[in-house]
Parts: sequence; structure tokens; C-alpha cells
Amino acid sequence: MTETLIQGLLLGGLYCLFSLGLSLMFGVMRLTNIAQGDFIVAGGFAAICIAPLVGGSPLLAGLVLLPLAFGAGYLLQRGLLNRTLGKDPLPSLVVTFGLSIVIQNLLLEVFSASPRSLESGELSTGSLSLGGDIVVGTLPLLIFVAALAATVGLQLLFARTPLGRAFRAVSDDREVAELMGVRSAHVYALATALATVLIALAGLFQGLRTTVSPADGPLLLLFAFESVIIGGMGSFWGTFVGAMVLGVSQQVGFGFDPGWGVWFGHLVFLAVLVVRPNGLFPKTKG
Amino acid sequence: MSAHFLQTRGLKAHYGDAQALFGIDFEVGEGETIAVIGANGAGKSTFMKSLTGLVKVAPDSVLIEGRPVGGSRPGDIVRQGVALVPEGRRLFPSLSVEENLRMGAYAERSGPWSLERLYGLFPILKEKRKVPGTSLSGGQQQMVAIGRALMSNPRLLLCDEISLGLAPIVIKEIYDALPAIAAEGMGIVVVEQDVMVAQRVSQRLYCFQEGRVSLEGASEGFTREQISQAYFGI
Repeated sequence: MTETLIQGLLLGGLYCLFSLGLSLMFGVMRLTNIAQGDFIVAGGFAAICIAPLVGGSPLLAGLVLLPLAFGAGYLLQRGLLNRTLGKDPLPSLVVTFGLSIVIQNLLLEVFSASPRSLESGELSTGSLSLGGDIVVGTLPLLIFVAALAATVGLQLLFARTPLGRAFRAVSDDREVAELMGVRSAHVYALATALATVLIALAGLFQGLRTTVSPADGPLLLLFAFESVIIGGMGSFWGTFVGAMVLGVSQQVGFGFDPGWGVWFGHLVFLAVLVVRPNGLFPKTKG
Repeated sequence: MSAHFLQTRGLKAHYGDAQALFGIDFEVGEGETIAVIGANGAGKSTFMKSLTGLVKVAPDSVLIEGRPVGGSRPGDIVRQGVALVPEGRRLFPSLSVEENLRMGAYAERSGPWSLERLYGLFPILKEKRKVPGTSLSGGQQQMVAIGRALMSNPRLLLCDEISLGLAPIVIKEIYDALPAIAAEGMGIVVVEQDVMVAQRVSQRLYCFQEGRVSLEGASEGFTREQISQAYFGI
């Protein structure tokens, strides 16, 4: 029982990283990124390409990948996604849906359909005893700690810093924020840049933990969606808790039958939607 | 340096598909308080939006110290010292009172206005600085909206219908704060529905009617009849 709970929470850590970027982009500009899952997969493949160039160390690969992701996210928002924003949510949905298809096919073309993974060395085999007979893998624990740190970091960034204030102000009333001198195009691009860093980190971990293949994106998007919606739109802690609920539900399902895990997660997601349609910790108005 | 801080020359503006302003000539100098009056739909709010870059207009139809700024980005205009208190206050709902005020200082213009000074002008805001801006009373929200504009240290403060929906005593309290602000040389433009209030607080007034200036001059010099003629065109 405890074992299942802990494994579920650790899995939730990965889902939290899948979904924070989605939550961030939606929170700041009401943009739903349909290509979220494919971005994660692309991040994983990018890490797989970078690792041999830096001597195979996943840590070094991450150090190279994350700044690249920041730049790519910034340019993507400035060059493309900013043009889709407006009162109507449809253009951004259509464009990110299109991006999703483009990325899947590009990855398929370049890397073929077979699953690939990132060599992690001792990281994937190492384990830690938490007292008693409970042992957790080093890598899942590292992922969980990263997810927790990312959630706390985002929360502090939004609550305490001038940039966080600008994020919330453009989210509330873009026109008035511009009156104060905020360049919303730039602020949106910074939000996407940050989201893309989290996405790349998620992709790196996914590649280390299991495998990535070009067709994985939609399922990862589904997990991210479920986490965000269980937690309630517009709250990072909500997303964190939503991811934990999803992770534990899937782990419980896996316990009954190896084929039931994902399905069990969907069931719990639907149950939460029925009982609390706005999620557990709704924050977003209007 | 021109005599007038801000000037419009033949300002034309569209709001949606309809033309809202048909050649407005307007000027405001340092330390001067100007009232803009007129019926609903006369173009007053479009005028405010044209001055602050929210409505695009021809470059040389709006001049700040003689420089053409029409159609500039709102952020560039606030950096040149023109701040707007928007109609309906439009505080940021997810920001506290103090965070709303800090957003006003985003453009980082230097000048006399700081949080401390603002709390001196509106002490109630210091007490409520941690609560969400939108949880305050209407009058207090208006103080936040004015304070937010002042935090950009403007040389010209534009106030769009700041008395809308407020009790007369609150309106008086807010307008009583203006002379102290203007005394340091800041120009003020108030858009006001209440003609009596507009005449009392301003040195000069402009009356708009269907997108044109129908009356302009020293506020005290006009009779009721002149103003209602200019207001309604009858």
C-alpha cells in the first residue's frame, strides 16, 4: 500500500513536469498548447542528440538543452503564437494542433518510429532506502524533487517578483498593462520560454526514465491535461496536486492489472470532473 | 520647447468602423487643469485613447513638446510622461493594492512620486495595501487607479470619468486631491459628465459634440445656456 502510494507520487512528479508548462501558458495568455506532448517528445529527442556531444552525461545534456529550449520557446511565441492570440481561442488551438502534426512527422522522418531512450549510467540503477523496507529509485526521486522545486519556483516567481507581477497583469488586462509600459509580446514570449524550459526538462526525464517515440505526444498531452484539470486551471499547486492524484491513481490501477493503470487514471479524472467540474483548486475566473 | 506640453492638431480617429473624432485641436500646458465635457458618444473616451496610443492616429496629429507621437505604442507614450486613469478604473483583479500601484511604476520614469508619497496622499491605501485592489470600495478603487497612474511620474495626467458611479462626497474627496498634484507643474485633463464639477476643478474646458469641439475657453466664463447649447447642439 505504502509502496504503491510512493511509486504513484513519484510518477506524479513526472506528470507535474509534463503539465506545468501547459498551466503556465494557459495562466498567462489563455493559450492552450495542443502540441505540449509533442514538445516533450521533441525535448527528449533533443536530449538524446545532445548527450553524445557532451560525453554522454545527462546532466551536461540538460545544461545545454535548457538554455536552447528557452530561446526556442521565446522565438516560437514572438514569431508565431503571438499572432494567434485574441478574444477568440480558436486560432491558437488550430495552430498548436498543426504544430503537433508537424513535429510528429518531422520526428518520424528524422528518427524513425522506434522508441529511443537516453543512457543514464548509474542514475537509473541507483536507489535510496527511505527507512524500513521502502526503497526508491534515485532517478524517480530526482524527478519528483525537480517537479516540487519547479512548482515552488513558479509560485514564488508569480507571487514575489516584478516579472510575475507583469505576468499576472497582462493576464488580467492586457490593454491596461500596455498602458503602464508592459510590452505584452515580450512578456508572453518570456512565459512561453519558461514553459519550454520545463517541457524540455520533462522530455529529458522521460527519455531517461523510459523511452520516447515520435507518436508518444498525444498520450503525454492527455496526462498533462488531466493533471491541470484535476488540479484546477490557473494554479500551480493545483497542477502539482492534480499530477499526484493522476500518478497515484495510475499506480493503483497498475497494481490490479498491468493493463489498467492508464485507464484507472482516466476514471479518476472523470470522477473528479463529475464531482468538481472546476477541479480541486480552481483559481481562474472568466 | 513648445509652450504647450501636449497638443493635438486636426486629430481624427476611428472607433471600430465609425469615425469618432473629426479634427480636434486641443492643447494643455504644464500645471494646467483642463476639463473635457460632452454627451455620451461625443468622442471623449476615444480622445483619451488617441492620446495614449490605445487608438491609432496619424503621427503628427498628437504632439508632445512638439514631437509627433500619434499612433505610438502606449508604453512609449507613458515613457514620455503621459499617464491615463482609464474609464471604469480597470484595476488588475489578481494584484493587491500595492502590486497595482507598483505596476504603474513599470515604465521606471524618475520623479517625485513613490509609494510613500502616494500613501501620504491617500492614507487609506496604505492600510489596505495587501488586499486585492478590486475588494475595495468604488472610491478607494479610484484612488488606486489614480495612484497607479501617478506612479509613472507623468507630466500629464489624463482622468477618464473618474467620478462615474461614485457618491458625491467621494467625488469631492478625489477632486480635492488634484490641486496638490497640479501644483508641482503636472498638467491634468479630466473627462467629466458633471458640468458643475468640471467647471469648478478646471481652468479651461473643451466641450465635445459628435466628435468636434463645440466650445472651448476659460471654465468660469461660460453661462449655463452656452454650455447646454454646446453640449446638445440645440
